[in-house]
Amino acid sequence: MPPLPQSVPISWYLTLSAILFGLGVAGFLYRRNIITVFMSIELMLNAVNLSFVTFSYKLKQVDGHIFSFFVMVVAAAEAAVGLAIILTVFKNRQTLEIDEVSSLRN
Amino acid sequence: MQLWLIPVFPFVGFALNGLFGRKLPKRAIDVIAVGSVLLSFLWVLKTLNALGVFAGGNALETAYVEHYFTWIQSGTLNVSIDLSVDRLTAVMLMVVTGVGFLIHVYSVGYMAHEGGYYRFFSYLNLFMFFMLVLVLGANFLLLFVGWEGVGLCSYLLIGFYFLEKFATDAGNKAFIVNRIGDFGFSLAIFLVGIHFGSLDFGRVFGQIRDMPVEASPGWITAISLLLLVGAIGKSAQIPLYVWLPDAMAGPTPVSALIHAATMVTAGVYMVARSSQIYLHSTFALDIVAIVGLTTAFFAATIGLAQNDIKKVFAYSTVSQLGYMFVGLGTGAFSAGIFHLMTHAFFKALLFLGAGSVIHALSGEQDLRHMGGLRKQIPITFWTLMCAGVAIAGVPPFSGFHSKDEILAAAYHHAPWMYWVGVLTAFMTAFYVFRALFLCFFGEYRGEHHPHESPVVMWGPLAVLAALSLAGGYINVPRFLEPMFPLAEGGGDQWLVYVSVAAGLGGIALAYLFYVASPKLADSFANAFHALYSLIYNKYFVDELYDATVVRPVVDGSRTLLWRGVDVGVIDGAVNGIGHRARGIGGVLRLAQSGYIRNYAAWMVAGAILVIAMIGLAGGAR
Repeated sequence: MPPLPQSVPISWYLTLSAILFGLGVAGFLYRRNIITVFMSIELMLNAVNLSFVTFSYKLKQVDGHIFSFFVMVVAAAEAAVGLAIILTVFKNRQTLEIDEVSSLRN
Repeated sequence: MQLWLIPVFPFVGFALNGLFGRKLPKRAIDVIAVGSVLLSFLWVLKTLNALGVFAGGNALETAYVEHYFTWIQSGTLNVSIDLSVDRLTAVMLMVVTGVGFLIHVYSVGYMAHEGGYYRFFSYLNLFMFFMLVLVLGANFLLLFVGWEGVGLCSYLLIGFYFLEKFATDAGNKAFIVNRIGDFGFSLAIFLVGIHFGSLDFGRVFGQIRDMPVEASPGWITAISLLLLVGAIGKSAQIPLYVWLPDAMAGPTPVSALIHAATMVTAGVYMVARSSQIYLHSTFALDIVAIVGLTTAFFAATIGLAQNDIKKVFAYSTVSQLGYMFVGLGTGAFSAGIFHLMTHAFFKALLFLGAGSVIHALSGEQDLRHMGGLRKQIPITFWTLMCAGVAIAGVPPFSGFHSKDEILAAAYHHAPWMYWVGVLTAFMTAFYVFRALFLCFFGEYRGEHHPHESPVVMWGPLAVLAALSLAGGYINVPRFLEPMFPLAEGGGDQWLVYVSVAAGLGGIALAYLFYVASPKLADSFANAFHALYSLIYNKYFVDELYDATVVRPVVDGSRTLLWRGVDVGVIDGAVNGIGHRARGIGGVLRLAQSGYIRNYAAWMVAGAILVIAMIGLAGGAR
């Protein structure tokens, strides 16, 4: 692998990853629409993926790449199951408001 | 020689009847129960014959031991499953299996109409198994196994009519009182193990025989006295005799087999077996004699005024066991064993005969509701008369020979013991014949229609009657001489005349009181009213024990152990822990809001906390 030109420092990648993750957390905590919450989760996963790839590149090791593929596969599976659940929730309750899906309470 | 077959036959009978008896027909139960004991008896005969016992001579002067396997190996202590036969065991084997067989036969008739038929016979067979282990065991621990086993069977059979409160109470009483004795016995076994390094009879008695008698250390006395505590419990001596009269709540064949002929004599057997230890402690031997004499005397006085026919014979058993202990304690071990054997004959006969009377009267046990039965049930009458003359010591019947041996030994030990013994013999003759006269003479005072028992019941009675009459000519002391040297001296003819006169006098007095002029007894009782009510109420010993032992224990258990320790401490701790867990859970429950975003916030907070802690600790390395 040819060395990259001295362009973007590694900290930038990591900062971007942290910002994306923070956005994901914020979206998860503050948005009420289940779809949006779901998207926030995807955002967090991909933020982590970014740091994996960054470290993999920095340390010249392939483990990070493999992990990111794993995460993608899991995310895909999760998307399939999660969307199915959301669909069922909507069918049964006619709402996507996350706080109204709280029948486990009490 | 296959000694193990002797106890195993009844055990197989127990297993078959116990496991399958419910589904078996009655005839099959009879065959299994009686057959197994018969096989055992025949095997005893075969074994003793093979060992040359019946041929006379000096067969079996040393014990014949069979080793099977090592049971316990711990440090230097090595306990094996060994069975042994010597002359003492031979006598016991003959008595246990012989009398046991007769009583099994009798039970077939006596129990014919009772519920739990198979249960009764399986317990009875189990008893035979443990009793044979007890007499065959070649070390203290195996003896103890049999000892506890017969206690268990005694408990089960006393409480055989377990729907009756008094029967289960009597069973509990027997079991609990025996615990006191067994406690002493087990301590004695520990001491033997510590000081001799072995529990094997051969080794222990071999070691002690080589010790000089004069310089016996104190622990030998301790072992002797603790063994005596065990014997006192099992053989119903003062102060632990109280369970035996109550044990009459069990079926009558049980009273005959366990509480007259065999189990209660286990204490006598054990002391005789340990004679080498006792011979090294004259103090313990004196205690044995005094306990025996006191028991013999007091139990006889109680027997004078009982109205329940079985109770009379129960106190008579206690008294006769006391006689055996007098024999042991005065050094005449063979006389004690001799009396054990003759007593097994005539006392089993008395109980079986009483059972036959009770059977004839459909369950009536009160002497005041009997009378005049000699015409209706003549076989029972005549066999019981045989037992009566035997126990009263009328020559030449069996009780005369053995009692004479004991009294002679007592006289040579201390003359006052002889005189107390004679007085006891007088009372024995009186109360036995009082019971017999009340039962068979005079007018019939009950409402039932007496009927003679079937042959399966009077057959054993007849055999036992023959043994009671002639059993005195089996010269047990001579047979046991290699183990227990005969006492020197003897031969004072007047001793015999006095004791025979006492026996005949007792019979004559009973005849005068209860046949010739029946009013006399009542006026006598009225004249000495205080004394009469004292012995009628058995010296209030049960009440005394109740007030001093039973009640404090029960009350202490109720108030202190139950309400204090159990409810306060143990329940309090358990409930307190549960209560605390509920409280904590009630607080933690608030965290479970049910909103997904709440949980997510907790997770984020947790993650931040962990990262912060790692950062504070100096970062991950």
